[in-house]
Amino acid sequence: MILSKNAKIVLTIFMILGMTFIYLPLFIVVLNSFNSSISFSFPPEGFTTSWWSKAAQNSGVKQAIITSVYTALGATAISLVLGTLAASAIARYKFFGRDTLSLLIVLPIALPGIVTGIALNNVFTNYFGGLTYFTIIIGHATFCIVVVFNNVAARYRRMGSSFEEASMDLGANRIMTFRLITFPLLRSALLAGGMLAFALSFDEIIVTTFTAGAGQNTLPIWIFQNLFRPNQAPVVNVVAAALILLSLIPIYLAQRIINAPNNN
Amino acid sequence: MSTNSLAKVQQYLHKNIKARITALLLLPMTWLVVIYLGSLAALFITSIWTVDDFTNKVIRTFTLENFIEILSDRAYLNVTIRTLLIAASVTILCALIAIPMSFFMARVVSPKLRPVLIALAITPLWASYLVKIYAWRTMMSPESGFLTWLLSPFGIKSPGYGLVSVVLALTYLWLPYMIIPIYAGMERLPNSILDASSDLGAKPFKTFFKVVLPLTYPAIIAGSIFTFSLSMGDYIAVQIVGGTFQMLGNVVYQNFALDLPFSAAVALIPVIVMVLYLTLIRKSGALENL
Amino acid sequence: MQFVATAQQIKRRKKTLNKKRLLTSLLAIASSTVLIAGCSSSGTSEEAAPAEESAVYQGPVGDTPGTINILAWPGYAEDGSTDPAVDWVTPFEKESGCEVNVKTYGTSDEAVQLMQSGGYDVISASGDASLRLIYGGDLQPVNLDLIPNYADIFDNLKDRPWNTVDGLNYGVPHGRGANVLQYTIGKVDPAPDSWSLVWEANSPVAGKITAYDSAIYIADAAVYLMSTKPELGITDPYALDQTQFDAAMELLKQQKPLVGEYWADYTKYIEAVKSGTIVAGTSWQVIANVLNGEKETVGAVKPKEGATGWSDTWMISKNVEAVDCAYKWLNWIIKPEVNAQAAEWFGEAPANSKACALTANKDHCKLYHAEETDYWSNVYYWKTPTETCLDGRTDVKCVPYSEWVKAWSSFRSA
Repeated sequence: MILSKNAKIVLTIFMILGMTFIYLPLFIVVLNSFNSSISFSFPPEGFTTSWWSKAAQNSGVKQAIITSVYTALGATAISLVLGTLAASAIARYKFFGRDTLSLLIVLPIALPGIVTGIALNNVFTNYFGGLTYFTIIIGHATFCIVVVFNNVAARYRRMGSSFEEASMDLGANRIMTFRLITFPLLRSALLAGGMLAFALSFDEIIVTTFTAGAGQNTLPIWIFQNLFRPNQAPVVNVVAAALILLSLIPIYLAQRIINAPNNN
Repeated sequence: MSTNSLAKVQQYLHKNIKARITALLLLPMTWLVVIYLGSLAALFITSIWTVDDFTNKVIRTFTLENFIEILSDRAYLNVTIRTLLIAASVTILCALIAIPMSFFMARVVSPKLRPVLIALAITPLWASYLVKIYAWRTMMSPESGFLTWLLSPFGIKSPGYGLVSVVLALTYLWLPYMIIPIYAGMERLPNSILDASSDLGAKPFKTFFKVVLPLTYPAIIAGSIFTFSLSMGDYIAVQIVGGTFQMLGNVVYQNFALDLPFSAAVALIPVIVMVLYLTLIRKSGALENL
Repeated sequence: MQFVATAQQIKRRKKTLNKKRLLTSLLAIASSTVLIAGCSSSGTSEEAAPAEESAVYQGPVGDTPGTINILAWPGYAEDGSTDPAVDWVTPFEKESGCEVNVKTYGTSDEAVQLMQSGGYDVISASGDASLRLIYGGDLQPVNLDLIPNYADIFDNLKDRPWNTVDGLNYGVPHGRGANVLQYTIGKVDPAPDSWSLVWEANSPVAGKITAYDSAIYIADAAVYLMSTKPELGITDPYALDQTQFDAAMELLKQQKPLVGEYWADYTKYIEAVKSGTIVAGTSWQVIANVLNGEKETVGAVKPKEGATGWSDTWMISKNVEAVDCAYKWLNWIIKPEVNAQAAEWFGEAPANSKACALTANKDHCKLYHAEETDYWSNVYYWKTPTETCLDGRTDVKCVPYSEWVKAWSSFRSA
């Protein structure tokens, strides 16, 4: 599409404004992680790196990060399996109730998190004895299924059934076909879905508040507890700043892999 | 399992499509129906029950008092309308920002720059939700925040904590959820259609409004599912930048401890809204675009 | 065995699933889930009576290691995370060999909910939570013989109605205090002595006031009405008949435009005062103490109208695994040295009479009126309002707490 020069300029300006909007709060977070004043007034009163060293020594943060990583891995694993299974059926076959089922898969993420949270909390505390790390994973996995499902289903649709049919025509059974043909083609969709699921689970606070038991802090819970504490709030900013900076790398890499020419 | 029985199972599955589909769907559907729908059912069934006044334990006697309470108290009508308005404003604002940005990224820049830009645009997803809202809190602080500092040459202060802050903060939070499907949708547009449109004499502006937008409409709707649903149920952003007003999520959260039946009844409101919304947009094919 | 299927064979298959089978199986699963949910009998209905004598732990308290999860008011179980120098949890862990996880909560309602959802072993409960927990069957009676330090508790804090039911004790007192009127020095001149600063429409700090975000705050409105509208006849701010209750709600509605934020999280309160968003409001002494940590920023007073307050008890959950650790904690926290530390950090009157001699500030007990009775005559400890009026009136029905919560929820949503 050929755009006029004016149109291009307008769009570019808008893009810059949009990016500014996106990055301004993040910039402030990073700025505050070096702000010597605890109340984060603007402009900042002083510069200090002491928060970063404090954060590195804070055992609460480290424990919370480890918990978050484990629960996110668990939730991602479960949702990868369930999402792929569901996509394999829904994206390739037509059957009665298919639309209803895909609606069902979307539901956990379409309904507000607080509803999912109190529903699961009600069931876990009244019928299953209590909240554990496992209940956190169950909560997360439930809404992560849809992100994996969407990616894999989209890939199945683009792929079409011709590869698999050809493979079976040539004599491979279903398992072999899956292993040698389908799976490699699905790989980048699984990666994209898995990464998104991991990110969702890692940062989730609402459902987690209701499914985490006593003393089980994921990183968002730890942040929530320390967000306003005068001696801890700066550490929270450090953690956030670190997450932002760290995340730029895998996202960029993932985008390159997903958009690699041979996959389009 | 011996190779023979494994082979027999394969044979059965291969011949029988229904069995294949059932086998594939068994695990995910059991999970979703039993764990998810089951817990939702267990929750909403409490809305027709009540609690003991003193100990706050649920008593299973049938009563409609929760619904009567919600329908008869003006305050709950107010909070529902307020929440719907906020969700709608956030959705519209997100769309207004995301559409031009996505178009720029998907169609105007060179393919080499695209991964960089889209990665930059969705990086905020990785920054903690809480920290982002807190950043807005410090930014909007009427006494010492960034916005006050920015506006001080004009002699005005930031509006402080309230409706404006909540809408801004929520728009900011959900923007990546709107950008991702719209970008994907715009990227998928075949060049041929756009070329055809300009071949037929349409100026770029016209092509945008008559061709691009209608084609990406499902993607926009898909993004709106996120922004709408996330805003309907949010209770944390209001606590941090909202000042004194409340949204539906707060009502649910406040009452869930002491009056689960009432909380469940209130929780039905956003659920009904979202289910209605989802059924309405099913036709538009938005669900394929998530 | 391999299978060879031609493309035509695949295409010829009709890709439909038996409608009935799918629908019936889905319905079966869904309805059985609902049935199970509906029929299961755990965690509900019968109003549990408080426990019987036989449920009391007989002891002796051994040295069994274990972990206890403690639910505490902020400032009650400091483990060094607020201020590294303020820590009486780690010394406990060292001496007892028990591991402790502390979770703080903001309101009694939150405490009740967390306690009921399970997972917590010990709680410091105020009077408006303790009875609810006792009657809800969430606690076990405490065997005071196993807690030697109990002997030194002030007599007028022993066997109080909010922690002793039918002769059974359910915990040991921690301390007591009043909810204070806090104001930022320099922004409020002269120093206030009346709650009118936060209730009257012509308040000089309108828009920068805070109020406690819990239904129990209605009692604070009632306390103000006791002075400003004596014709209402309120004698106990937790015993309000419908007329008195409505008057309190009216006062709250009048206050709402003056309020900048309602608070339940004390750390958010501290941040708001530091950034200047909040200048005055009801507060706890510990908040003022933290704000004044580096330099004097706020003042805190009990206004002339009196105030609501609290008297807290350490209680033990019914289902506690490390019961020895729980008893050890109760004995530890009311030990004179520790009680003095905790009372001084929080800013309240200690429960242990021997603590007064051990506070760093020798005037601490005098400052907090620990050994007086006059001061407490217009401090109305938090308790749970019931339909039977708590002030003894029998000619009217009082508004029970569940109605307080409904009214508060409606008021905050409007």
